[in-house]
Parts: sequence; structure tokens; C-alpha cells
Amino acid sequence: MEKAIVRLLTCGSVDDGKSTLIGRLLVETDSVPHDTIDSTRTMRRSGSTIPAGEIDFSLLTDGLEAEREQGITIDVAYRSMTLLDGKRLIISDAPGHEQYTRNMAVAASRADIALILVDATKGVRTQTLRHLTICSLMGVSRIVIAINKLDAVDYSQKIYDQILAEVQKAAQRLGVTDTQPIPMSALAGDNVVHRTEMMPWYSGPTLLEAIQGWKRTEVINDAARLRIQIVSRATDFRGLAGTVVNGDFEVGDAVEIFPSGQKAKISQILSGNTEVKRAINSLAATLVLEPEVDATRGDIVLKAGQSVDATDRFTANIVWLSEDELIHSRSYLLIAGSSQSPAVVTKIRHKFEINSGVEEAANSLKMNEIGSVEIATDSALALLPYKDSRLFGNFILVDRLTMRTVGAGMFDHSLRRGSNIHHQDYEITQTERALAKAQSAQVIWLTGLSGSGKSTIANALEKKLFIQGKHAYVLDGDNLRLGLNKDLGFTPGDRAENVRRVAEVSKILSDAGLIVIVALVSPFEADRREAKALFTETKFHEVFVNTPVDICQARDPKGLYAKASRGEIPNFTGVGQDYEVPTDPELVLDGTAELEVNVNKVLSLISE
Amino acid sequence: MVPRILQELESESIEILRETAATFRNPVMMYSIGKDSSVLLHLAKKAFYPSPIPFPLLHIDTTWKFKEMISFRDRVVAECGAKLLVHTNQAGVDAGVNPFTTGVSEYTRVMKTVALREALDKYEFDAAIGGSRRDEEKSRAKERIFSVREPGYKWDPRNQRPELWQTYNTKLSAGQTMRVFPISDWTEADIWNYILQERIDVNPLYFAKDRPVVHRGNQLIMVDDDRFPLQNGEQPEIARIRFRTLGCYPLTAAVESTATTIEEVVEEVLQVKLSERATRLIDGAGEDSMEKKKSEGYF
Repeated sequence: MEKAIVRLLTCGSVDDGKSTLIGRLLVETDSVPHDTIDSTRTMRRSGSTIPAGEIDFSLLTDGLEAEREQGITIDVAYRSMTLLDGKRLIISDAPGHEQYTRNMAVAASRADIALILVDATKGVRTQTLRHLTICSLMGVSRIVIAINKLDAVDYSQKIYDQILAEVQKAAQRLGVTDTQPIPMSALAGDNVVHRTEMMPWYSGPTLLEAIQGWKRTEVINDAARLRIQIVSRATDFRGLAGTVVNGDFEVGDAVEIFPSGQKAKISQILSGNTEVKRAINSLAATLVLEPEVDATRGDIVLKAGQSVDATDRFTANIVWLSEDELIHSRSYLLIAGSSQSPAVVTKIRHKFEINSGVEEAANSLKMNEIGSVEIATDSALALLPYKDSRLFGNFILVDRLTMRTVGAGMFDHSLRRGSNIHHQDYEITQTERALAKAQSAQVIWLTGLSGSGKSTIANALEKKLFIQGKHAYVLDGDNLRLGLNKDLGFTPGDRAENVRRVAEVSKILSDAGLIVIVALVSPFEADRREAKALFTETKFHEVFVNTPVDICQARDPKGLYAKASRGEIPNFTGVGQDYEVPTDPELVLDGTAELEVNVNKVLSLISE
Repeated sequence: MVPRILQELESESIEILRETAATFRNPVMMYSIGKDSSVLLHLAKKAFYPSPIPFPLLHIDTTWKFKEMISFRDRVVAECGAKLLVHTNQAGVDAGVNPFTTGVSEYTRVMKTVALREALDKYEFDAAIGGSRRDEEKSRAKERIFSVREPGYKWDPRNQRPELWQTYNTKLSAGQTMRVFPISDWTEADIWNYILQERIDVNPLYFAKDRPVVHRGNQLIMVDDDRFPLQNGEQPEIARIRFRTLGCYPLTAAVESTATTIEEVVEEVLQVKLSERATRLIDGAGEDSMEKKKSEGYF
């Protein structure tokens, strides 16, 4: 269903005439109280050339004292007006000044239409491109390009066409398709609400017509979701309260709870205190389920049959909002609706050069910068790509000390892909393959510091197994980094990916019936736990090779500690980064003990 | 179109109220007896139905409210079953602070702003829900929905948290408190249309009735009790009046009206082209009085 409230974002800089334009739009649609209009006939900014008695439209939208002193709008302000077709228009007035990019992102986050002002006397400027970039990134679906102050260039069609060609070229490059250009003069009132006779060469809509003509349609499919805000309890009543997103729920619908996976049917829907049969998109509803399920705030009610891409590793675009720059590996609090989780930015892939949208390499994000990052969260989230669902694709990052909102995030894709790929069952099973080799498939995962002796133990173990006629294979971390993993560095994010890949390869080899011996530093408990979780049917043995770091450094078989201490390998485990000792390994080997002793210990583990 | 606009506004407000109840340790809802408070209270009933409203209501009583406001308050609150807390700045009363001789700014600061701060301290509320709307006044247009107050309940308009989508940051650091504005996006017309649609009980002062008034400048002031100091030769006369907003009686001007039903009031509101605050004496003092008051902790 089409929405009754339309949100318009206006962007432009101090002197593009934006305040005047909004002021005129409000006055000419009779959306401003008359005593408020009267006050703008007498009040004047210093330097104003508007004669006393005339309305200074720009005074209607500048709110804060400081702003009036400086003659600029420094914060997002909201204004309501009623369109001629009865719809409500909420205007978010975003400041155009360079340092206030974050305010524009705020205003754009809920906007349906963006109005970008270009001063015809100045042409396309850097900020015009910046506005286009931000609107495109924040998912504003329609953009009206208001080429203003045509009165100051003798209503020249040539100038208008030149500017338009330049804007459209930039829009195309950014992939913005739905644009509506309008030549106008906010000061003279041309093509704002009333059609002008000064530009007979223009036959397109006025600004008001362009806004009214736009139809906001929600994508309605079977993907209805509701994030539980509160569980409403009363005598013989237990309802799950939240706002319906991405579709409708009906009484009788089969639903599933994320993350528990419990299934139920909707037995009753409340809209406020009224029972309804259907909860439409964007309604604040309370759902009663049959049978009752165990669900709490932050859980999601999904219409059954949706595939949920629950993820704790994903890529996202981030607008950085804080004066303290984004710190890689620092833990922030991620809030997505009523769900939240500690989160770490594991990698900054690149930042967008905001004036052109071009990607650039980056190590950090400063205030007002936008970048593409990889994020790891403690608990899995069920987000949707931002381009498909703004409401289920957004999140914010909060500084855990000051509690300020420091980042605005837009979910891109999960780094654990595969939810859309269905598993193809092989006709020959792992058991059959292993039996043919007279063994059982298993994985021995040796973890420990570099130089602790993992590779030595792995090789000796493989040799013994080979002599016994077993089929085994060693996956050595260093060897894999020469090929499969040569694109990865040593940041926590890259290390996590390194472990994930090695675990996946181990799984393939074990499915082939092999005994897999992994020798990998794998310093983080969380990564190892995830590796282990891949193996539900195969035996997985976590073996911790425990060797004091000073001995590892003294051994330094590959010269890595020396390199790291010279600063050549940042984040090297034991030098720049900690090694998390396994909390519950199946076997701990003393890395300083006899090789033979250690190998036999592992062998007895396998044959058990 | 109106019912659909109202439904979208209602859903958004309910979502905000639920978020507040779920995330704060000890929230409170301001109840000022006016039409916005009536709508807020109605929304709170809906948001948590069939559970009761999970937070208390707080009324800051300046002792200069219309008599009909207090009787209405006690009746409505008793009906909805919520807990009502009433707080008055007793030191202000004892010092004889009043709207006639103290001066409007000082009176407002002592009896409203200071009283509110006292009450928030006394009950240790970490969030206070208010019925302010962005269309009321310019500095309110820049308010967040979840708006942080620094220690001492100070509002720093230049240092507000960015608020994106409908993803609300309700976290507080030490000493901070929150003000929550669930009906930010509503207009005065929305409020009345909603009252009409939902048949919400509103104060009788909103409906035209013969009442004793005196003329002060362009304003009509109702003489609610004998504390009102009449000027030399001034004699209250009876006029058919109603109120657009409710506040302290000597500071709230009436309008001449014949609207006696909600339908008639809605019709009148949609036609009148003056801002609501034109009838509030306290806001006329200086252009930025609201921003200044808010910085000190006023709602």
C-alpha cells in the first residue's frame, strides 16, 4: 500500500537559496501559521537586502540562535506540510556545509525523495556531487535536481542545459536513475508551486508537482518480519509486540522465530487494543502465537519459509559520525532495531572519495568519511541487504564508553555465503570412502604459537600414519599462505578468514575419507570454535601445542619473530597480537617434550 | 487520507513508547493535562495493551493551573489505572513566586524547570517522555526523538546524537538522562483529528463555554479564581471562549469561539491560521526563549 507520509530531504549549501525555497514552498501551500509569516516581514538578518514588509522566506526554517547569527542551518530541522492530494510531506532540512555531511546522512536515512539545489550562477560544484553520492548510498530512491536562481542568469536555457548535462553525467556514474531536473527561482517564485511564464522552454513539472507525482510503494512480498520490542504479558495473555516490516501478517500465518527456529501459527493480532485480522506493513502490532513460543526482545518473528541469512561476519558501508576516528579491532556496540551485539570492525576495505564516489584505499575512517568495512559480531544477526530493505538493512555503532552514536551502517553481504546454495548430496558417503581406506576420517587441529613445533609434529605424525598404510594429509598454515591464502594478512579479520578457509578445506579432505592434520597458529578462540563447529559428524581433535613464547622466539625456525620485532610483520602473534590459549582442548602437548612422545600421544587420540 | 496519516503516526509513536519501556531502568511519562498529554496517554494504553502502562505519570503542578485541569487530571488518571506523581516546587511556593509579580521568565524557571529537575532527581528517573511536537516551535524542530540531557538535565543543541532511520540509541553514560518525544512528527491538526477519531477524553476547557474574562492587550485572560489581581476599574465580563493550549491560567490566553464539540473544534483548528503559541504569554518574551529554556532543562 502506498504510504500517506512522504519524506523529503533538501540539500544545498548556505547560499544556494535552500531556506528560501523551503520557506516559499511552505508559505505558498499555506502550511505556515500567519503570525509566523508576519514575523518574517519585520525581522532581518544583517546584510539582508529584502525590503521591510516583504516576507524573508529564509527566516522560516532557520531555527537555532547560533544559526541565525551565522546565517546558516547547522542541524537537521523537520517541517510538516500537507500536499494537495492530502498526503503529508515531512521536510528534513539538511545543512549543506562541508563538515556537516553526517547531518545529511541523518536526514537522508529516512528520505523518500531528495531535493538537490544547484545555484545556476555558480554551476555544479563539489558539494552537488557529494549530495548525489550520499543520497545514492543512503538509498534515496528519487532525486529532484532544482537548478535555482535562473532569474539571476536571465532565465537562460543554455546555462540550464549545460548544468543539467553535468549533473546527469555524475548521476549516471553513481547509478542514480530516477532524477527529475527543474529550472526555478525560489526568490521570484518560479516553478516552485506556481508555473512560471519566464521559462517557456521548460514544460516539465513544478517542484510541488514533482513531489506530489511521486508514488511511494513498498515492496510487499512474503518476507514479513517483526522485531520483538517487548513481550506483552497479562492474565492468560502473552503477545509479541513490535512493528511489522517488509510485508503483512495475517491470523493463521505460519511463522518462525529467529534465532531459535521455533515454529508456530499466528492465533491473534492486536493493533493497539483492537483485534485485527491482518497486520499491514509498518503497523505497530502485537502478535499472539499458538503454541506459545519462548521468544524475547531482539528476536524476530518471520513469515515461515523465508531463508534467513543469519550472520556474524559481514561487509557493510559505514558513515563515520564521530570526531574520534574509527578504530580497527575496537569493540563497539552494534544496534539494529531491538537487537544488539558487541561488534568489531575487522577490516576497512576502502573508503569512498565523497565528492566523486570513487573508491580509495584507507586504514581508518574519520568523521564525515564513508567506507566499506568488514564487521564481526558476537552474536549472529538476521540483517537484509540495505538495497533491498532499508529498515532491516541498517544498524548503528555506539561507543561503549561515551554511548554516543559513532557510525551508521548499511548491511551489504554476509561473509559466510552459502545460505542460497543448496547442498548437493553425494552418492558415496564419507564413511564409505574412509572404509575403503580402512580408516575413519578425522581432523587433528594443532594450534599454538609460531615456532611451538606444530609443523614438526604434523609432519612426523603424517609419516607414521603413512607407514601404517593410512591416508593422511597435512595442511600447513604457512604453506597455504603461499597459495590459497596469499591474499590475506595478519589482521584479526584476515586471520579469521584464514582459519575459516583452512577449516573448509579440512572438511573437504575429511569428506574424501582422509585423516587431516592441520598445523595453524589460529590464535583466536572464537575462530577455532567456529572451525570445530563445521564438523558435526567427523571427529575433530583440538590439540594445543604449548610452548613458552621465549622458547618459540629462540627457535624462530622461519625467522618470523626477528622480522616481527623489527616491525616488518604487524599483528604477529606473540609480538603485536595476543594468542588466546584454548579453553577446552582435547589434548595439550608440551612443546618442549620429545617429538616421539608428542606424536604418540596424538596417535593414541586418533585410534581411540 | 487522514486516517492513514494517523495510522502511520500512531505506529511510529507506539514503537517509540515500547522502545522506551524496554530499554530504560526507570522511565516516566510527563502528564500536563493538555490535549497532547491526552493523546500521549491514549497511545501508551494502546502500546502495552492488554498490560497496564508500565511507567508512572508525572505532573508538575505550579499551583496556578485552571481548576478544571486538576479535576480532569484526577478523573482521567483514576480511570486508566496508571500511577500519578504530582510534584510542586515547595520552596518556590514558600518564597511567594507567582506569575503576576515575579516576572514570567523567573516564574517559569522556578515553578516549571526547577520543579521538573527536582522531581527527576527525587524519583531518579532516567528517561522522561514528553508530548512536544516539532511543529510547535523552531528549536523543537531540531529535537531528536531520543534526546540526551547532560548531567544537570542540560540540553546541548550543538552536540546532539545523530539519529538515523528508526534505529534508536537509548544508551546513557554516567549522569546522563533521556527525554523522549514520541509525537514529534504530529501536527496540531493531527492531534485533533486523532482525538476525534479515537474519541479521546479531553479537558472541558478546550470547548467553548461562557467564562469570566478580562482583556489584556490583544489577549483574553480567564479569571479562574480570586487570586487574579484585577487592574483599576477592571471588571471581568462573561464571554464565550475556549483554549487552544492549556497552561498556567494567568499565562494562557483564551480565544473567542462557539466550538462546543470535538468536530467543531477540529473544524476551527483547521481554519485558524495562527500558531498555537500565539496564545501562550510565556513564549512571546523573546524569539529564542524556548531554546534558552530548554538548555536549562525545560521540556
